[in-house]
Amino acid sequence: MDRSGVQISVQDLTHSYSSRGPVTFDKVNLESKPGEVLAIIGRSGCGKSTLLHIMAGLLAPTAGSIRLNNVEVKEPSPKWVMMFQAPHLFPWMQVSQNVGIGLKFANFAEDKIRERVEKTIKLVDLEEYAESNVQDLSGGQQQRVALARSLVMEPEMLLLDEPFSALDAFTRASLQKDVRSIAKSMGINLVIVTHSIDEAVLMADRAVIMAGSPGKIKEEIMVELPEERTAQDPEVQKIRGHLMETFRQASTATH
Amino acid sequence: MAAEIGTAQRSSVAVDLIVMVLRRVLFSAVGLGILFALWWFGGWLLESNPATMSFADFGPFPTIDAVPYMVQSGTLLDASLASGYRLGIGLLLAIATGIPIGILMGRSNVFRKLSNTPFQFLRMVSPLSWEPIAVIAMPTWDQAIIFLISMAAVWPVAFATAAGLAKLDRAWFKVARNLGASWWDILKEIILPAIAFDVMTGIRLALGVAWIVIVPAEFLGITSGLGYTIQDSRENLMYADLAVTILAIGIIGFLMDGICQALIKRFSWHRN
Amino acid sequence: MIENAQESESFVKTWLIDRIAYPAVGFAILIGLWAIGGWFLEANPATSSFVKFGLVPTLKAVPGLIETGYIAEHVIASGYRLLIGLFLAILIGVPIGIAIGLSKITEQVTNEPFQLLRMVSPLSWMPIVVFVFPKWDQAIIFLIAVAAIWPVIYATAAGLKKVDPAWFKVSKNLGASFHKMLAQVIFPAIAFDIFTGIRLALGIAWVVLVPAELLGVSSGLGYAIKDARETLAYDHLTAMVVVIGIIGFTLDTIVGVLVKKYSWQKDV
Repeated sequence: MDRSGVQISVQDLTHSYSSRGPVTFDKVNLESKPGEVLAIIGRSGCGKSTLLHIMAGLLAPTAGSIRLNNVEVKEPSPKWVMMFQAPHLFPWMQVSQNVGIGLKFANFAEDKIRERVEKTIKLVDLEEYAESNVQDLSGGQQQRVALARSLVMEPEMLLLDEPFSALDAFTRASLQKDVRSIAKSMGINLVIVTHSIDEAVLMADRAVIMAGSPGKIKEEIMVELPEERTAQDPEVQKIRGHLMETFRQASTATH
Repeated sequence: MAAEIGTAQRSSVAVDLIVMVLRRVLFSAVGLGILFALWWFGGWLLESNPATMSFADFGPFPTIDAVPYMVQSGTLLDASLASGYRLGIGLLLAIATGIPIGILMGRSNVFRKLSNTPFQFLRMVSPLSWEPIAVIAMPTWDQAIIFLISMAAVWPVAFATAAGLAKLDRAWFKVARNLGASWWDILKEIILPAIAFDVMTGIRLALGVAWIVIVPAEFLGITSGLGYTIQDSRENLMYADLAVTILAIGIIGFLMDGICQALIKRFSWHRN
Repeated sequence: MIENAQESESFVKTWLIDRIAYPAVGFAILIGLWAIGGWFLEANPATSSFVKFGLVPTLKAVPGLIETGYIAEHVIASGYRLLIGLFLAILIGVPIGIAIGLSKITEQVTNEPFQLLRMVSPLSWMPIVVFVFPKWDQAIIFLIAVAAIWPVIYATAAGLKKVDPAWFKVSKNLGASFHKMLAQVIFPAIAFDIFTGIRLALGIAWVVLVPAELLGVSSGLGYAIKDARETLAYDHLTAMVVVIGIIGFTLDTIVGVLVKKYSWQKDV
């Protein structure tokens, strides 16, 4: 599965929930190369999740635009699919049915659906649970199903809204590694929103820090690390320290 | 040695299962037997007391004797079909109106706050109170009865549908939109499977109320149906026929309720 | 929780709007539709004899009905039958429900017979009941009891299934007498389910009461409707329909409050 991702271009993006209310973020500009893993780090409530929802077409911006390969994002589409903090699986369906639901919406043929679903379930290591009801799975397994559901659509961009924060440390680490490697092998863009610097360091090629109210991009840092990263590597520690310092400075700056 | 143990274990599980089924059947038989015995005792009391001798036909044996006649002459079938027709149309109307009302109540907060209490009030108007109005408003008696049944059955369906919608996770709609679902997809693949259990529970309750309403509704004005057959048998002092009709009503109700329970189980996806 | 005066003020305001203003507007719409219906009846010559079904004639008839004690007389007659019937259903139904809840054998033996009896439409028993009981009042009460007993039985049984036998171990360990256990452990545990059953029983009894009073008695809400129809007093008829709705709604609300009060389960 060799695809090239998209050039993401966020231009002067502004959002506020009501015309008289507080501005969530103001004139945000961001670029991301095809196939890049971008992490957006910020405290809870800084607007990063709203930014992601706008990138997914689930919310409309007040001003500005988001373009993927120069095509503006105006509505939701499985080409830029999102994973949420909770897996939000459909509890009356089995794993394979949940994974294939997007293909069903797109009116794919039964056998095509079965073929793709099988392939993707194998990719996320859930083969033995294909016929199980999703309510019987653990939290981490359910997030894998959500991941498979997203990947089976062969998206250009995968948006992750703090999808691992509700999981235990081991499951989280394993998913962080797998999601990055799958995205790299498929060549798709990853945009991860997180409040965890560790997560950003372990997964991203580039990290931006969002802070302030209204939110703004304060810093951009390249995360130049090898594919095999663990929390104990000295290089990982160095970049982590650098990010923490930058984050602290950005958060305490007055505007 | 290991193979022997395996076979012994497997056959003991099978034996347990058979014993369980036999026990179940035995207890049910005992229960029904006790019921029959009580019925027989009642019939015997009627027979031995000269004041009530004329009502002896209510007893089990005269009743059983009357069954072949009732079945062959088509009386039971005709009555069941007539009542079934009214019940069926009435329920269909109740479902066709109740589900949309319930969906409105579930999706629109304003509608729910406006309509909840007034609907609860209308629900508590004992359904047969509408009979005089229904009879005057509808051109035929059949339609009046159907109207009564719908008036009684629509409320459980509406409220159960609203309850089912309340259990919908809003995030499911986010996910579906993200995956490119049309509004028809969302209705078919998400809303309907999610609420099927609750709607079916509502339909079961609606059927229960409708079943209570239909018999008295058929006491007046028409010449077909189970309620009419009861009145007719009573007026002609054919007490065995009356008892057969009551038995038939019980059995039909029992079967319909059983079907509803099976459907409810089938649509149930909740884990506790 | 409510932090300050400002928050409690807005809480009261939302409560007032949600629980009183909105339903009031809803009722106003309902009454408005009724008024429109009445206007149509008046305007159309074919329906001129049914004008008294309308809103205004009905409202005009109400004071008279109240003054002459007509409403009170029939409400009391029906209320008496309903309450005695329900009381009997509870008196007999709760013990049976407890027996079913406690003993699997009882449950399995009674299941089919009870399901069969339960699904006999209650008014079908009318002819039999009428000659067994000498007085109509008794016949109606029996009919109501027979209809209402089933939800009481099965709700009680369901409530008992939720009782954890370990609670008895703990209570005995803490020195509770049987009376104390009954009052402070068993009753609160099953009260919610029993009241839910009573609410369902009330609903069924309410459906059965009116048709039961259409035959043979000369008092009660069902009789009042029949009487009004036979004397073509359609304004009285609709007034009684409204009274029936109000009383049914009030009774259901009262039991509903009791249900909520005794609700202790997290997901109910």
